[in-house]
Amino acid sequence: MNWLRGLLSRKAPSVRGLSEKGMLLYPSTGEVIRAEEALRQSGLEVAVKGPPPDLRQGCDMVVEFSLVQEMRVREVLAERNLQPLRVAVAQDHLLEPVSLFQSKELGSYLMVRAANMKITVDRRDLRIVNVSGGGCPDVPYLAEMLVGHTLDAAPEPRSLGQTLCGYALQLAFDEARRQCLG
Amino acid sequence: MSWLIVGTVPRADFSLAWGPYTVQERAIEVLGVTVNVARGTPALMATAFVAARALGIDPPEALIIGDTGSGEGSRTLYAHLVENRGRVRHVGVTFHYLMPDVVWHNKILWGLEELAERPLLVADAGFMYAAKMSGYADHYDLFTPDAGEMAFLADEIAPHPFYTRGFLLQEEAMIPELIDTAHAGANAARHLLVKGQTDYVVAGGRIVSRVSEPDTPAMEPIGGTGDTLTGLVTALLASGMEMTEACRTAALANRYLGVLANPTPAFGVAELLPFLPEALERAMRDVETSL
Repeated sequence: MNWLRGLLSRKAPSVRGLSEKGMLLYPSTGEVIRAEEALRQSGLEVAVKGPPPDLRQGCDMVVEFSLVQEMRVREVLAERNLQPLRVAVAQDHLLEPVSLFQSKELGSYLMVRAANMKITVDRRDLRIVNVSGGGCPDVPYLAEMLVGHTLDAAPEPRSLGQTLCGYALQLAFDEARRQCLG
Repeated sequence: MSWLIVGTVPRADFSLAWGPYTVQERAIEVLGVTVNVARGTPALMATAFVAARALGIDPPEALIIGDTGSGEGSRTLYAHLVENRGRVRHVGVTFHYLMPDVVWHNKILWGLEELAERPLLVADAGFMYAAKMSGYADHYDLFTPDAGEMAFLADEIAPHPFYTRGFLLQEEAMIPELIDTAHAGANAARHLLVKGQTDYVVAGGRIVSRVSEPDTPAMEPIGGTGDTLTGLVTALLASGMEMTEACRTAALANRYLGVLANPTPAFGVAELLPFLPEALERAMRDVETSL
């Protein structure tokens, strides 16, 4: 907890200062997604973000959380056997994921795009008819699992996906549900 | 075998396979194992196979493994390719859906560059992400990004298209600017085939061709139409066609696929394949006429 003491002992934050956020680092994006889900279910406010360049290993994500809640965060993660590789202080350079959606009506079909992923739904029966975009290897797998199911019966991409593309698909899926199911 | 396709299939139980493959209706068969053609690397492989047959050349060979997102399959494949790089005697290699991993990427790139006959290098999807993140993007002969991926290539610190900064989904309108930025930052391959409402063929950072017609809006939501484009350009390059001509022909042929198949947004790539030989023939005729 030296970093936290250091943070609290500062008289005044500098212009860039230290963020009040911390980040949880995991060896795989699948664990990041599970940790985010576990923390959200426990009522903690967390966000998935891109790591700063010096901590990047590959197709990475980190879970951002409020440092003052670290004890609770660690407790929840320990209960779920999801201890992170490392907990670090988040500086200002955490990258923000794309947060805007793009929707397109194609006749009776609705296509929703989030970041690099698109999901297309037939509004007549709420069936997912296509998933496209992305480049991580869980995308074709997720597409096979989702296409043909209705929005209310399809598995959540986050329950099957393990990468940033899978996470983007979850966002598109949520937005399609919001637009079609209310 | 003239060309090697390296990628993954969406099955956890698919062991590493390196060899020739065939296409049978809606499936590919590799060394006795069958995989459905829906999207991803199987869609690229099927397109490249059908196009190669139409062009009268040997179909590509494939190095594939199952990976549903854990990255385990990709890492096994990377290790195998590094250990067996001497087996790469192909004119070119197309890398596709693979878990981005900079360390493995570098081992593979350096290994291939040490070969007596360096193959042409094409990257799409996850391996293109790794190539950009590695800082060696300009060692590649061709990338085939979509508009969002073009924004990712132009953003020097983005680790993935998900974290591309500041383009607010307006990438299509900004593509020429994004091409300039990516090239200036050495984050682009020597050639680009940027797929979107307008397809751009780029050589050395300069746009040499734009293809925007014919347009079939229902093609955009169909998963795998980017993979068919990469499959087409792979086959055309394997036939010996010059790079920019191959890119332009592939872009046109992919658009004719949409015209001939007349799809709804619910179509799958396998339903487009029967139209591929005619689409390719039309595109080659058009490009030849315009040259």
